Amino acid sequence: MTAVTSTGDRQFSHRRRTKGPRRPRLALTVLLLGALYCLTPVAWVVIASSKTSRELFTTFSFAPGSGLLDNLAALGAYGGGQFWKWGLNSLLYAGLGAVLSTLVSAMAGYALAKFRFRGRQVLFSAILAGVLIPGIVLAVPQYLLLASVGLAGTHWSVLLPVIINPFGIFLCRVFAVASVPESTLEAARLDGAGELRIFTTIVLPMMMQGLVTVFLLQFVGIWNNFLLPFIMLSDQDKYPITLGLYTFLGKGAGDGDLYSLVITGSAVAVIPLIILVLVLQRFWRADLLAGGLKG
Amino acid sequence: MPATSSGRRPGLRAVATPWLFASPAIVLFTLFLIIPIGYAIYLSFRGFRVEGGGAFGRRVETFVGFDHYAAALGDPEYVAGLGRVLLYGAISIPSVLGLALLFALLLDTPRVRARGFSRTAIFLPYAVPGVIASLLWGFLYLPSTSPVTYLARQLGAGPLDFFGFPALYFSLANIALWSGVGFNMIIIFTSLRAIPTSVYEAARIDGATELQIALRIKIPLVAPALVLTGLFSVIGTLQLYSEPATLRPMTTTISSTWVPLMKIYQEAFTNDNLGGAAAASVVLAVGILAISLLLLRFFQRRTFGDHT
Repeated sequence: MTAVTSTGDRQFSHRRRTKGPRRPRLALTVLLLGALYCLTPVAWVVIASSKTSRELFTTFSFAPGSGLLDNLAALGAYGGGQFWKWGLNSLLYAGLGAVLSTLVSAMAGYALAKFRFRGRQVLFSAILAGVLIPGIVLAVPQYLLLASVGLAGTHWSVLLPVIINPFGIFLCRVFAVASVPESTLEAARLDGAGELRIFTTIVLPMMMQGLVTVFLLQFVGIWNNFLLPFIMLSDQDKYPITLGLYTFLGKGAGDGDLYSLVITGSAVAVIPLIILVLVLQRFWRADLLAGGLKG
Repeated sequence: MPATSSGRRPGLRAVATPWLFASPAIVLFTLFLIIPIGYAIYLSFRGFRVEGGGAFGRRVETFVGFDHYAAALGDPEYVAGLGRVLLYGAISIPSVLGLALLFALLLDTPRVRARGFSRTAIFLPYAVPGVIASLLWGFLYLPSTSPVTYLARQLGAGPLDFFGFPALYFSLANIALWSGVGFNMIIIFTSLRAIPTSVYEAARIDGATELQIALRIKIPLVAPALVLTGLFSVIGTLQLYSEPATLRPMTTTISSTWVPLMKIYQEAFTNDNLGGAAAASVVLAVGILAISLLLLRFFQRRTFGDHT
């Protein structure tokens, strides 16, 4: 892909010289400035994580330091390995939560897209309304309700509420309409295949590209979620990484040593997620999102 | 209905199948959306009143009507929080969407180099959680670690205050811009790519410049994507919480009730005033819903008016 476009650019660049070369160069400059703006804080945190707490406050921000290994060791040792526990918790909440959420959304989206049944319109309207409902009305009553059944403060309290994702259902419906042909379903039914079998062996594979998008959106959404675990959890061992780093900073307000731990922790927390997004970017179907409103 | 399942057993199975597929979603939707919303509304009308009078009066939970709503809307701190969020949104939403549109249009301009790199680099902050984004920028703002302040000092200027009165709003909006511009850019860019090139081939042959094509053809055609991104920006912005909460230890400018959500959290968990917290959440949610529906109605008429 990239190779093709770059040779294409080169062919064009001959013509460009005759046709006013200024505009694309301006566009390039603005784009590169945008890229620089977006990469700078990430570069900063990676560099800052290599500094000892003394270097952090005395040397220039973008000068690398000499304390990377010490910082990593201190981070790992903090609270008896709490930091790594937070990372695993985040992985559990975001990974399992996003898988379950995608499956539930796929089933509901398929039902809404491919079956005509009484109550379908009501159900779909409710889902659409759910997309617009701000999470804040939910947080406090969700806590109280989960507390009343003894689930507040457990892993479940952070996992269960994120499985339902109205926007995911909405996207899955759009995608099922577009990618699952009626005739295929008819043929499978004539062959005597059960509905569950049709869903798992025919519908799910056909919807896979869209499902990856829904999964990614929900994974990043859960990983970034702050308010829900903040309200639900009190035991630090169950914290996800965002909440852990937040409490770190709160403690470190007057303490330079904790600052460098927070910075190293942020760097370590950001890198795997960036790699995930870079790797999965190719499966990302943004047209699904862009087309969403027309559906 | 019988048309979909041709023949053998059209009865129960055909009727039950879609409901079975939708049932996990329906159960979870009921448990984690409908019931909490109902409960929040119920709580917002309940409260404690002292009965019996004197020192031995009992606190009894009763229906208190709109007392909590009156209290929330009469609370200067809550109303100030709403104002702060609106001011923040007025700065951050136009800059996020404007820059996202600009970058998307630039990426879609023919003959531009380094497109793949720029697109990936600008999208990258999407992967950084809001709390961590706030931490990163917080350290870039903090006088003792900020490279900007460092450079300013080298040049002989005093330290820059990123947490002062108008500056704080721009500092927060900058975090939103950094985190959000790439995601919105991708959505707008994708809907630009979906436009068949034949649409503007003709304009190009007629000698229209890329700028004219962008303004007159591309922007009107991606209006639906702009409405979608705008809607999500509004919903996200008004629920501002983790960014100011994360920056709070770094500055004294951000109070413990700086935005409505912080106030709600404090009412619920520190002051044990669940009714007040519920009423304040309902007010905020209704406000967000009203603004998003207005936006949707306004733009839908303008962008889809011809088709529907």
